[in-house]
This record gives sequence, structure tokens and C-alpha cells, in this order.
Amino acid sequence: MAATSAIPTAPLQTSGVEPDAARTRRRKSDRRFRTTGDVVVFVVLCLGALTMLLPLAWMLSTSLKTQQNVFLLPPQWIPSPVEWGNYLRIWEAGPLLTGIVNSSIISLTVITIGTITSCFAAYGFSKMKIPGKNAIFLALLGGIMIPFPALMIPTFMLFSKIGWVDTLLPLIVPGLFGNLMMVFFLRQYLMSVPDSLIEAAVIDGARHPQIFGRIVLPLIRPAIAAQVILWFMGTWNDYLGPIIYLNSENVHTLQLVIANFNATYAVQTDYPLIMAASIVSLLPVLGVFLIFQRQIIESIALTGNKG
Amino acid sequence: MSATTTTPAPASVRLTGQGGTSRHRPGDGRLHRSERIWGRVFIAPPVIGFALFALAPLIFSFYAAFTHWNGLSAPLFSGLTNFRTMATDPQFWQSLWNTLFLMLGIPIGLAISLALALALNRQMPGRAAFRVIYYLPGVSSVAAISILWQWALNGDFGLVNQLLATVGIEGPNWLAEKMWVKPALILMGVWKGIGFSTLLYLAALQSVPRTLLEAAMLDGAGAWRRFRHVTLPMLSPVTFFLVVTGIIGGAQMFAEINIMTPTGGPEFGSATIVWYIWQQGFQNLQLGYATAMSLVLGLMIFLVTAIQFYLNSRNVFTVE
Repeated sequence: MAATSAIPTAPLQTSGVEPDAARTRRRKSDRRFRTTGDVVVFVVLCLGALTMLLPLAWMLSTSLKTQQNVFLLPPQWIPSPVEWGNYLRIWEAGPLLTGIVNSSIISLTVITIGTITSCFAAYGFSKMKIPGKNAIFLALLGGIMIPFPALMIPTFMLFSKIGWVDTLLPLIVPGLFGNLMMVFFLRQYLMSVPDSLIEAAVIDGARHPQIFGRIVLPLIRPAIAAQVILWFMGTWNDYLGPIIYLNSENVHTLQLVIANFNATYAVQTDYPLIMAASIVSLLPVLGVFLIFQRQIIESIALTGNKG
Repeated sequence: MSATTTTPAPASVRLTGQGGTSRHRPGDGRLHRSERIWGRVFIAPPVIGFALFALAPLIFSFYAAFTHWNGLSAPLFSGLTNFRTMATDPQFWQSLWNTLFLMLGIPIGLAISLALALALNRQMPGRAAFRVIYYLPGVSSVAAISILWQWALNGDFGLVNQLLATVGIEGPNWLAEKMWVKPALILMGVWKGIGFSTLLYLAALQSVPRTLLEAAMLDGAGAWRRFRHVTLPMLSPVTFFLVVTGIIGGAQMFAEINIMTPTGGPEFGSATIVWYIWQQGFQNLQLGYATAMSLVLGLMIFLVTAIQFYLNSRNVFTVE
């Protein structure tokens, strides 16, 4: 199944029409209301959307206030004066830049190498003849059922024994071996690629790394993209892993830096500073989400539909 | 490895036999061997990673759970002591209860998401924008969102109480009162989570076969009965998936708790099981006890996940 068909964009009325035509027609009919019911639903949806956005808008608004104006009643929604200085102060108030650098190092290394290993493994599990393949696959399947909290203490001790605690290594190294969810997702995707395609290439004398690069990779590229984005958001937003392994400020990830901002400044009620720092921590993921939201939404719908 | 690669003849028959049209070639044995070697190389990393970072810690925790262990000296075997302590530890039961209570957010979130999905399934302007807006909190970082809600739930200046004040209600000091801390966390959880479930419901709604709805209409079923007897049953796999992933995720709730209520909340009212394990293990250095609790938690989550995989096994992850 292609990722692009995960959310059928055609409404019920046009099912049976070919996808592109259906999409254009939907767009046209989407621009107007047909019944009063539609208008009512639209208004309710707008109120709901407002509820979703209000806390985020408040965060943004607070981040631009002076400390005195934070506690004004009734609250100011549009700050006056606008205190852009908060966004300068945060860089000196805490190791925000260090956090961004550390989070980037972890995410980029893990995802680049982890994606490559996951793709090769998915290819192996779905398309290659390896003795005992299915038994191994089932064992790995058992592996993703073990939640991280159940393993965190022995894993911590393992990394402590080899002296990796308080370095980024415990957060990087396990990921380099691939992401099991990604392996399973890509394997599922590859199962729909006909075996004959690969067999033909084998008969023609292609070696497996070549087959992977020339045939398999281009086929699963959309699936990889979706998984990479989801994985990035997960790694970037991780909190439990970093809080266990990292003590020193110079190795803190962005999430820890933000949380520490809160612990330090909340008691001193410097909310504008905390909110400004939080906004900065949101920006990378929000950026990725807004750019790739189509792929993200589709891949979530696809993953979810399939269980 | 060599033992399994010394039988080229039957292997090549299998390789070429599947297509039906291929002929037996002299090179097949070599090809097949190369496939096995490359295959092993390809699947090795996740297998090694699994052995090192899941299997080995798991085996060790089966041992550590039966020891008295403070992380500094070697674990000392103590039999079932940890499990006996657990049975009589009020904080363990309280944190388990808190975790279950917070899962009330799951049915609430599902009901709202289903309604949202039904609304978004109509043809109207702004559908794509709504999808993005409702999903926005879901992608935001837990740390930032927790801080935002801690501030929003502030008793004196928080957004929630200010909004309540406009309709004349004086809100409680949410995170500082035992009665209100869990509803407050549920409120935030629902806000953060509905985008995800709405998307899944929307996808499922759009794949309900139109023929079924038409047939029901011809049989004289009204809108409600079509929804109740056609649409709703078609959505049950998604509901099931969301309930199960909700339970798995809910059982592991940690970041929100640790950031918003760093001491486990008023009268331990918001400490979740993972938070308590973390606190016992890494703050109080009761590693043996914490491991015992994490094994219990792991077993519970494993069972829930296994049921889900079992029931979905035909759909997903098919092993031929």
C-alpha cells in the first residue's frame, strides 16, 4: 500500500473517481458550505481549534511580556510593551545553546545511522532468505513489547559500569543498532513489493547491497521519510532517557535545559523567561511538523490503521 | 554458519522452484550463499542491539529484583523481600492507583476525538487547517507543554482560572490540591492527545465502505442507526488500537509528573508508577526495590501489548 493512500482524500461522494480528479473536485466543493449543519459544525470546530491554540498563544504572549505585566488581571493578550529582550536573556540565563547542540548531536547521529541499519534489516527480514529469519523476527517483536521503564535500571547500571553515564553515548549508541518499530514498519511496507523483482535482479547478477540501493530504497523512500520525521520528534522530545543518564550541564539536552529553567526561575516567577525558552525548544519540532505535516499525518494514519 | 551453507542443491531448487519458469542454473548455489551472508549482515544490528540493550538488562533485572541493592555495593540476594515490601507499601499502591486514575483521560479523549473526526469528515472549508491545529499540541515537546500547563493551572494567575473567572467560577489551585491535581493532569493529557486519535478516526471513517452505508439507507436506517450499526462497528479496530496504545503510554507517564509536580504532587496525589520507580531507584538508591517494581510494571504492559499483537496479528507483522 502506498503511503499516499493512507488517508483517502476523496470524500464518499466521489469514491470511484480516480484520485487526482477526486482531489481537485474535493478542493472546489470544500470552499463552500452546503447546509446550515455544516456552518454549525464549522463554528464548533473553530471554538475547538481556539481551545487548542489558546494555551500556545498564551505561552507566546507571556514570553513577550515584562515580569510585572505577567500578573495583570484581566490578562493582557497582546503584551505592551513588547519585551523582545526576553529572547536575548534566555541565552545567558542557561545553557540553552549547549542543549540545542547536544540534542542535535543525539538526534542527527541516531537517526542517520539508525535509519540505514533499520532499512537494511527490514530488507533482510522481508526479502532475503535467511535461516531462522522468522524466529528471530518474532523474538524482536517480543523486544518492542518490553517498555523502557522496565529496563531503565539495569541499562543504567550497564552504562555506568563502562563509564558512559554523564556522556551522550547511552542516548546515541542503542539507537545506532536501528529502531525496531521502523524495522517492522518498513518490513510491512516491503512485503507488498513482489519477490520476483528482487529475484530477477539476483538472476541478473546484482549483489544485495546493489539491489537494496537501486531497487528497494527508491521504493520505500516515502515510508522512510515518514518514519524518520516521527523518530526525530521522539528523540528531540525525549525526557526520561536524558534525565537518567545526564547530570552535568554541559551534556544536558534541550528538554533538560528547559525543565531546569522552570525549576530555577518558576520560584522566582520569571515566567517570561521560561516561556521564551520553551518557545525556542518548540520551534525545531514545530518547524519539522509544519513542513512535513502531510507525510506525518499520513504515516500516523497508516501506522494506526494497521495496528 | 558453514553447516547451513553446505547444501547448495536443495536450496537452489527452492530458489528457482518458486517462480516455476526459472531453470536450474549452476550459479544458484553461490548466489544463495551470498544471499544468506548478506542477509545475516543486514539483520545483525537490530539483533545485536536487542541482545545488548533489551535482553541482557531484562535477564539482569530478573536477578536484581530479588536483591537488596543500593547501586554502590554489589546486589545482595534477599529472596522475595522486595515483593513483600511492595505488597505493603502504601506509596506503591497509591502510585498505581494514580496511574490508573489518569487513564480516565483515555475514554474522555476518545469520545471527543470521535466527535471531532465526524465533524472533520464533512466537506467544509478549512479541514486541512483544523487537522494541523488539533494535532499541534501532540508534536510539541513534553517539557515545554508541561511548563506551559503548570503555569496555566496556577491558582492565582493561571489561564484556566482566569477563563473560569470570566464565567464567575473561582477555580481551585489545581496542582496543589489533592482532589484537583489528577483532573488537571487529565485535562492537559486530553488537550495534548486528541489530535492523534482524531487523525486515526478520520482515516478510519474515510475507509468505511460507502456501499454499506447505502445498503443501510435503502433498508430505511436513519442517520443515527447508520452510525450506530455501520460506522461505529467499522471503527472498533481503531478504538481498540487507541485504547491499547493509550494504556501503554499512560502506564509510562513520567515527564509531565516530574516537571509539573516534582515531589509527586499534593499528598502523593500525582505520582505515577514510573515516577515512583524513578524516585526509588535514582533518588533513594533502592535499586533492587525499584527493579522489582519495574518488572511488575513491565509484565503488565507486556500483557496488554501481547493481547494487542495477538488480536492484530493478521493485519500487521504477518510472519509467513
